[in-house]
Amino acid sequence: MPLLEFPNLYPLMKPLLFFLLSVQCLSAQNIPFIKADQIKRWKAAETDTVYVLNFWATWCAPCVEELPSFEKLNKAYADRKVKVVLISTDFKRNVETRVAPFIKEKGLESAVVFMDESNPNNYINMVDSTWSGAIPATIILSKRNETALFFEKKLTYEELEAAVKQALPPD
Amino acid sequence: MKKAIFPLLLVLAAISTAFAPVGGGYTVGDTATDFNLKNVDGTMVSLAGIKDAKGYIVVFTCNHCPYAKAYEDRIIELHKKYAPLGYPVVAINPNDKDVQPADSFDKMVERANMKNYPFAYLYDETQEIARTYGATRTPHVFLLDAKRVVRYIGAIDDNSEEPSEVKEKYLESAIDALRAGKDVSVKETKAIGCSIKWKKA
Repeated sequence: MPLLEFPNLYPLMKPLLFFLLSVQCLSAQNIPFIKADQIKRWKAAETDTVYVLNFWATWCAPCVEELPSFEKLNKAYADRKVKVVLISTDFKRNVETRVAPFIKEKGLESAVVFMDESNPNNYINMVDSTWSGAIPATIILSKRNETALFFEKKLTYEELEAAVKQALPPD
Repeated sequence: MKKAIFPLLLVLAAISTAFAPVGGGYTVGDTATDFNLKNVDGTMVSLAGIKDAKGYIVVFTCNHCPYAKAYEDRIIELHKKYAPLGYPVVAINPNDKDVQPADSFDKMVERANMKNYPFAYLYDETQEIARTYGATRTPHVFLLDAKRVVRYIGAIDDNSEEPSEVKEKYLESAIDALRAGKDVSVKETKAIGCSIKWKKA
Protein backbone atom coordinates (compact mmCIF):
# COMPACT_ATOMS: atom_id res chain seq x y z
CA MET A 1 0.00 0.00 0.00
CA PRO A 2 2.32 2.79 -1.16
CA LEU A 3 -0.25 5.50 -0.44
CA LEU A 4 -0.32 4.76 3.26
CA GLU A 5 3.43 4.63 3.48
CA PHE A 6 3.77 7.97 1.81
CA PRO A 7 5.15 10.37 4.43
CA ASN A 8 2.94 13.16 5.61
CA LEU A 9 4.54 16.17 4.00
CA TYR A 10 2.34 18.77 5.64
CA PRO A 11 4.73 19.54 8.57
CA LEU A 12 7.45 20.10 6.01
CA MET A 13 5.25 22.20 3.77
CA LYS A 14 3.90 24.34 6.59
CA PRO A 15 6.90 26.71 6.79
CA LEU A 16 6.88 26.96 3.02
CA LEU A 17 3.18 27.80 2.98
CA PHE A 18 3.76 30.35 5.72
CA PHE A 19 6.59 31.88 3.73
CA LEU A 20 4.45 32.12 0.62
CA LEU A 21 1.66 33.74 2.61
CA SER A 22 4.11 36.21 4.13
CA VAL A 23 5.37 37.16 0.69
CA GLN A 24 1.78 37.66 -0.36
CA CYS A 25 1.36 40.02 2.61
CA LEU A 26 4.21 42.18 1.43
CA SER A 27 2.52 42.93 -1.85
CA ALA A 28 0.79 46.28 -1.62
CA GLN A 29 -1.60 45.32 -4.37
CA ASN A 30 -2.91 42.50 -2.27
CA ILE A 31 -3.83 43.81 1.15
CA PRO A 32 -4.42 40.95 3.58
CA PHE A 33 -7.74 40.99 5.42
CA ILE A 34 -7.74 40.27 9.13
CA LYS A 35 -10.56 39.51 11.56
CA ALA A 36 -10.97 40.43 15.21
CA ASP A 37 -9.40 37.14 16.35
CA GLN A 38 -6.09 38.26 14.84
CA ILE A 39 -5.93 40.89 17.59
CA LYS A 40 -6.32 38.10 20.16
CA ARG A 41 -3.57 36.11 18.48
CA TRP A 42 -1.21 39.08 18.49
CA LYS A 43 -1.93 39.71 22.13
CA ALA A 44 -1.37 36.07 23.08
CA ALA A 45 1.64 35.43 20.84
CA GLU A 46 4.53 33.80 22.70
CA THR A 47 7.17 35.88 21.01
CA ASP A 48 9.79 38.44 21.88
CA THR A 49 8.78 40.51 18.88
CA VAL A 50 7.26 43.87 19.74
CA TYR A 51 4.12 44.52 17.72
CA VAL A 52 3.25 48.10 16.88
CA LEU A 53 -0.37 48.06 15.73
CA ASN A 54 -1.68 51.31 14.31
CA PHE A 55 -5.36 51.81 13.46
CA TRP A 56 -5.78 54.30 10.66
CA ALA A 57 -7.72 55.16 7.51
CA THR A 58 -6.79 56.93 4.29
CA TRP A 59 -9.42 59.62 4.96
CA CYS A 60 -8.23 60.32 8.51
CA ALA A 61 -6.03 63.44 8.40
CA PRO A 62 -4.21 62.98 11.75
CA CYS A 63 -3.59 59.32 10.83
CA VAL A 64 -2.01 60.27 7.52
CA GLU A 65 0.07 62.93 9.29
CA GLU A 66 1.56 60.41 11.72
CA LEU A 67 2.25 57.67 9.12
CA PRO A 68 5.80 58.93 8.41
CA SER A 69 6.66 58.30 12.08
CA PHE A 70 5.63 54.67 11.72
CA GLU A 71 7.55 54.35 8.49
CA LYS A 72 10.61 55.86 10.13
CA LEU A 73 10.28 53.45 13.05
CA ASN A 74 9.89 50.52 10.69
CA LYS A 75 13.17 51.47 8.99
CA ALA A 76 15.10 52.43 12.12
CA TYR A 77 14.21 49.17 13.89
CA ALA A 78 14.44 46.87 10.87
CA ASP A 79 17.18 44.84 12.54
CA ARG A 80 15.37 44.65 15.87
CA LYS A 81 12.41 42.48 16.74
CA VAL A 82 9.87 45.17 16.00
CA LYS A 83 6.93 44.59 13.68
CA VAL A 84 4.90 47.57 12.51
CA VAL A 85 1.42 46.75 11.23
CA LEU A 86 -0.80 49.49 9.83
CA ILE A 87 -4.38 48.29 10.24
CA SER A 88 -6.71 50.07 7.84
CA THR A 89 -10.25 50.74 9.03
CA ASP A 90 -11.32 52.20 5.69
CA PHE A 91 -14.59 51.08 4.19
CA LYS A 92 -14.31 47.68 2.53
CA ARG A 93 -15.41 49.01 -0.83
CA ASN A 94 -12.40 51.37 -0.76
CA VAL A 95 -9.66 48.80 -0.16
CA GLU A 96 -8.79 48.35 -3.83
CA THR A 97 -9.83 51.81 -4.99
CA ARG A 98 -8.27 53.93 -2.25
CA VAL A 99 -6.10 52.00 0.20
CA ALA A 100 -4.01 50.13 -2.38
CA PRO A 101 -3.30 53.25 -4.49
CA PHE A 102 -2.54 55.18 -1.29
CA ILE A 103 0.11 52.63 -0.25
CA LYS A 104 1.66 52.85 -3.69
CA GLU A 105 1.55 56.64 -3.84
CA LYS A 106 3.10 57.07 -0.39
CA GLY A 107 5.51 54.20 -0.96
CA LEU A 108 4.59 52.63 2.40
CA GLU A 109 7.00 49.91 3.42
CA SER A 110 5.38 48.86 6.69
CA ALA A 111 2.91 45.97 6.55
CA VAL A 112 -0.64 47.12 5.82
CA VAL A 113 -3.66 44.94 6.58
CA PHE A 114 -7.38 45.60 6.36
CA MET A 115 -9.63 45.10 9.37
CA ASP A 116 -12.43 43.07 7.84
CA GLU A 117 -15.05 43.54 10.56
CA SER A 118 -18.24 45.40 9.72
CA ASN A 119 -18.94 45.90 13.44
CA PRO A 120 -16.00 47.54 15.24
CA ASN A 121 -17.75 46.84 18.55
CA ASN A 122 -16.38 43.31 18.03
CA TYR A 123 -12.76 44.31 18.33
CA ILE A 124 -12.36 47.77 19.93
CA ASN A 125 -12.43 46.49 23.52
CA MET A 126 -10.26 43.57 22.47
CA VAL A 127 -7.55 46.04 21.48
CA ASP A 128 -7.90 48.12 24.64
CA SER A 129 -10.81 48.68 26.99
CA THR A 130 -10.05 52.40 27.18
CA TRP A 131 -10.23 52.89 23.39
CA SER A 132 -13.36 54.87 22.50
CA GLY A 133 -13.06 54.05 18.80
CA ALA A 134 -11.58 57.32 17.58
CA ILE A 135 -8.64 57.03 15.21
CA PRO A 136 -5.70 57.27 15.08
CA ALA A 137 -5.08 54.73 17.80
CA THR A 138 -1.96 52.67 18.45
CA ILE A 139 -1.14 49.74 20.68
CA ILE A 140 2.36 48.46 21.31
CA LEU A 141 2.48 44.85 22.43
CA SER A 142 5.37 43.11 24.03
CA LYS A 143 4.92 39.65 25.48
CA ARG A 144 8.32 39.48 27.07
CA ASN A 145 7.75 42.68 29.02
CA GLU A 146 4.07 41.86 29.38
CA THR A 147 3.31 45.40 28.32
CA ALA A 148 0.55 46.85 26.22
CA LEU A 149 0.95 50.57 25.70
CA PHE A 150 -2.14 52.16 24.22
CA PHE A 151 -2.55 55.62 22.70
CA GLU A 152 -5.74 57.16 21.35
CA LYS A 153 -4.07 60.13 19.67
CA LYS A 154 -1.68 61.20 16.95
CA LEU A 155 1.87 60.21 17.94
CA THR A 156 5.12 61.98 17.22
CA TYR A 157 8.16 59.91 16.29
CA GLU A 158 9.68 60.69 19.69
CA GLU A 159 6.62 59.41 21.55
CA LEU A 160 6.45 56.32 19.37
CA GLU A 161 10.13 55.48 19.75
CA ALA A 162 10.02 56.03 23.53
CA ALA A 163 7.11 53.58 23.79
CA VAL A 164 8.85 50.99 21.62
CA LYS A 165 12.04 51.31 23.68
CA GLN A 166 9.96 50.70 26.77
CA ALA A 167 8.44 47.60 25.20
CA LEU A 168 11.67 46.13 23.82
CA PRO A 169 13.53 43.72 26.08
CA PRO A 170 16.78 45.20 27.39
CA ASP A 171 19.82 44.58 25.16
CA MET B 1 -12.49 72.92 66.85
CA LYS B 2 -13.00 75.55 64.16
CA LYS B 3 -9.28 75.49 63.44
CA ALA B 4 -9.39 71.82 62.66
CA ILE B 5 -12.07 72.16 60.00
CA PHE B 6 -10.08 74.14 57.46
CA PRO B 7 -7.23 71.62 57.01
CA LEU B 8 -9.85 68.89 56.91
CA LEU B 9 -11.64 70.69 54.10
CA LEU B 10 -8.37 71.02 52.23
CA VAL B 11 -7.78 67.29 52.55
CA LEU B 12 -11.30 66.57 51.36
CA ALA B 13 -10.85 68.93 48.42
CA ALA B 14 -7.60 67.20 47.50
CA ILE B 15 -9.27 63.79 47.68
CA SER B 16 -12.22 64.82 45.55
CA THR B 17 -9.84 66.27 42.93
CA ALA B 18 -7.77 63.11 42.92
CA PHE B 19 -10.84 61.00 42.22
CA ALA B 20 -12.44 63.30 39.66
CA PRO B 21 -12.57 61.58 36.28
CA VAL B 22 -9.91 62.95 33.98
CA GLY B 23 -11.89 63.87 30.89
CA GLY B 24 -14.03 60.85 31.59
CA GLY B 25 -17.35 62.29 30.48
CA TYR B 26 -20.66 60.62 31.16
CA THR B 27 -21.41 57.01 31.76
CA VAL B 28 -24.87 55.46 31.60
CA GLY B 29 -26.90 56.62 34.59
CA ASP B 30 -25.35 60.09 34.84
CA THR B 31 -27.55 63.16 34.43
CA ALA B 32 -26.41 65.10 31.40
CA THR B 33 -26.12 68.84 31.38
CA ASP B 34 -28.41 70.97 29.24
CA PHE B 35 -26.86 73.46 26.83
CA ASN B 36 -27.73 76.49 24.80
CA LEU B 37 -26.07 76.26 21.40
CA LYS B 38 -26.48 78.00 18.07
CA ASN B 39 -28.55 76.13 15.53
CA VAL B 40 -28.03 76.30 11.76
CA ASP B 41 -31.20 78.44 11.52
CA GLY B 42 -29.57 81.08 13.74
CA THR B 43 -31.71 80.38 16.82
CA MET B 44 -30.35 79.15 20.14
CA VAL B 45 -31.42 75.63 21.08
CA SER B 46 -31.54 74.00 24.51
CA LEU B 47 -32.98 70.63 25.50
CA ALA B 48 -35.35 72.32 27.95
CA GLY B 49 -36.72 74.38 25.06
CA ILE B 50 -37.85 71.30 23.14
CA LYS B 51 -41.53 70.91 23.94
CA ASP B 52 -43.07 67.56 24.91
CA ALA B 53 -39.81 65.65 24.67
CA LYS B 54 -39.77 62.24 26.33
CA GLY B 55 -36.08 61.94 25.62
CA TYR B 56 -33.33 63.23 23.39
CA ILE B 57 -31.09 61.59 20.80
CA VAL B 58 -27.95 63.69 21.18
CA VAL B 59 -25.57 62.90 18.32
CA PHE B 60 -22.11 64.40 18.08
CA THR B 61 -21.48 64.49 14.36
CA CYS B 62 -20.00 66.72 11.70
CA ASN B 63 -19.78 67.49 8.00
CA HIS B 64 -16.42 66.12 6.93
CA CYS B 65 -16.06 62.71 8.57
CA PRO B 66 -16.75 59.74 6.25
CA TYR B 67 -18.34 57.82 9.11
CA ALA B 68 -20.59 60.77 9.95
CA LYS B 69 -21.47 61.04 6.26
CA ALA B 70 -22.25 57.33 6.14
CA TYR B 71 -24.78 57.84 8.94
CA GLU B 72 -26.25 61.15 7.75
CA ASP B 73 -29.29 59.65 6.03
CA ARG B 74 -29.85 57.24 8.90
CA ILE B 75 -29.82 60.14 11.37
CA ILE B 76 -32.43 61.95 9.27
CA GLU B 77 -34.59 58.82 9.24
CA LEU B 78 -34.18 58.38 13.00
CA HIS B 79 -35.50 61.88 13.59
CA LYS B 80 -38.41 61.35 11.21
CA LYS B 81 -39.33 58.14 12.99
CA TYR B 82 -38.75 59.13 16.62
CA ALA B 83 -39.35 62.89 16.86
CA PRO B 84 -43.12 62.38 16.51
CA LEU B 85 -42.86 59.86 19.36
CA GLY B 86 -41.13 62.42 21.59
CA TYR B 87 -37.50 61.52 20.88
CA PRO B 88 -35.99 64.17 18.61
CA VAL B 89 -32.46 64.09 17.24
CA VAL B 90 -30.26 66.93 18.47
CA ALA B 91 -27.10 66.94 16.37
CA ILE B 92 -24.01 68.75 17.65
CA ASN B 93 -20.86 69.51 15.68
CA PRO B 94 -17.97 69.74 18.16
CA ASN B 95 -15.09 70.21 15.71
CA ASP B 96 -12.82 73.22 15.70
CA LYS B 97 -13.13 75.11 12.42
CA ASP B 98 -9.45 76.03 12.38
CA VAL B 99 -8.42 72.38 12.55
CA GLN B 100 -11.15 71.21 10.15
CA PRO B 101 -12.47 74.10 7.99
CA ALA B 102 -15.11 71.80 6.45
CA ASP B 103 -16.84 71.82 9.86
CA SER B 104 -17.26 75.60 10.21
CA PHE B 105 -20.67 77.00 11.11
CA ASP B 106 -21.16 78.32 7.55
CA LYS B 107 -20.43 74.87 6.14
CA MET B 108 -22.87 73.36 8.65
CA VAL B 109 -25.60 75.69 7.41
CA GLU B 110 -24.76 74.76 3.84
CA ARG B 111 -24.92 71.02 4.55
CA ALA B 112 -28.13 71.27 6.60
CA ASN B 113 -29.83 73.21 3.83
CA MET B 114 -28.62 70.90 1.10
CA LYS B 115 -29.88 67.80 2.91
CA ASN B 116 -32.88 69.59 4.42
CA TYR B 117 -32.08 68.45 7.95
CA PRO B 118 -35.34 68.06 9.89
CA PHE B 119 -33.46 68.24 13.22
CA ALA B 120 -31.45 70.88 15.07
CA TYR B 121 -27.80 70.95 14.03
CA LEU B 122 -25.87 72.87 16.68
CA TYR B 123 -22.39 74.27 16.84
CA ASP B 124 -20.43 73.53 20.03
CA GLU B 125 -17.95 76.28 19.33
CA THR B 126 -16.22 76.18 22.74
CA GLN B 127 -16.26 72.34 22.68
CA GLU B 128 -17.44 72.48 26.28
CA ILE B 129 -20.45 70.25 25.70
CA ALA B 130 -18.46 67.58 23.86
CA ARG B 131 -15.91 67.61 26.68
CA THR B 132 -18.55 67.46 29.40
CA TYR B 133 -20.41 64.61 27.70
CA GLY B 134 -17.17 62.77 26.98
CA ALA B 135 -17.67 62.61 23.22
CA THR B 136 -14.47 61.54 21.48
CA ARG B 137 -15.48 60.78 17.93
CA THR B 138 -18.05 61.47 15.26
CA PRO B 139 -20.64 60.06 15.18
CA HIS B 140 -21.05 59.46 18.93
CA VAL B 141 -24.56 59.05 20.36
CA PHE B 142 -25.88 59.85 23.84
CA LEU B 143 -29.50 58.83 24.41
CA LEU B 144 -31.09 60.79 27.25
CA ASP B 145 -34.45 60.26 28.89
CA ALA B 146 -36.88 63.05 29.80
CA LYS B 147 -34.86 63.86 32.94
CA ARG B 148 -31.68 63.97 30.86
CA VAL B 149 -30.39 60.77 32.44
CA VAL B 150 -28.00 59.05 30.03
CA ARG B 151 -29.51 55.71 29.03
CA TYR B 152 -27.32 54.64 26.11
CA ILE B 153 -23.92 55.67 24.74
CA GLY B 154 -22.31 54.57 21.52
CA ALA B 155 -23.03 53.60 17.97
CA ILE B 156 -26.24 53.96 15.99
CA ASP B 157 -26.02 50.40 14.67
CA ASP B 158 -23.52 47.66 13.89
CA ASN B 159 -22.60 48.49 10.30
CA SER B 160 -21.53 51.96 9.26
CA GLU B 161 -20.60 51.07 5.72
CA GLU B 162 -23.63 49.08 4.60
CA PRO B 163 -27.02 50.20 5.96
CA SER B 164 -28.63 47.24 4.20
CA GLU B 165 -26.49 44.79 6.16
CA VAL B 166 -27.30 46.16 9.61
CA LYS B 167 -28.24 43.38 12.04
CA GLU B 168 -28.28 45.25 15.36
CA LYS B 169 -29.94 48.65 15.61
CA TYR B 170 -28.44 49.47 19.01
CA LEU B 171 -29.87 52.97 19.30
CA GLU B 172 -33.39 52.06 18.13
CA SER B 173 -33.46 49.11 20.52
CA ALA B 174 -32.49 51.46 23.34
CA ILE B 175 -35.21 53.99 22.42
CA ASP B 176 -37.78 51.22 22.10
CA ALA B 177 -36.83 49.94 25.56
CA LEU B 178 -37.21 53.45 26.99
CA ARG B 179 -40.61 53.83 25.35
CA ALA B 180 -41.71 50.51 26.79
CA GLY B 181 -40.47 51.51 30.24
CA LYS B 182 -37.93 48.70 30.14
CA ASP B 183 -34.25 48.58 30.97
CA VAL B 184 -31.95 49.16 27.99
CA SER B 185 -30.20 45.82 27.45
CA VAL B 186 -27.15 46.97 25.46
CA LYS B 187 -26.19 50.21 27.21
CA GLU B 188 -22.88 50.89 25.58
CA THR B 189 -21.26 50.10 22.25
CA LYS B 190 -18.19 51.31 20.46
CA ALA B 191 -17.53 52.19 16.86
CA ILE B 192 -14.71 53.55 14.78
CA GLY B 193 -15.11 57.24 14.16
CA CYS B 194 -13.19 60.37 13.37
CA SER B 195 -11.48 61.85 16.38
CA ILE B 196 -13.03 65.12 17.49
CA LYS B 197 -10.89 67.95 16.19
CA TRP B 198 -9.98 69.74 19.42
CA LYS B 199 -8.72 73.29 19.38
CA LYS B 200 -4.98 73.55 19.27
CA ALA B 201 -3.67 74.73 22.63
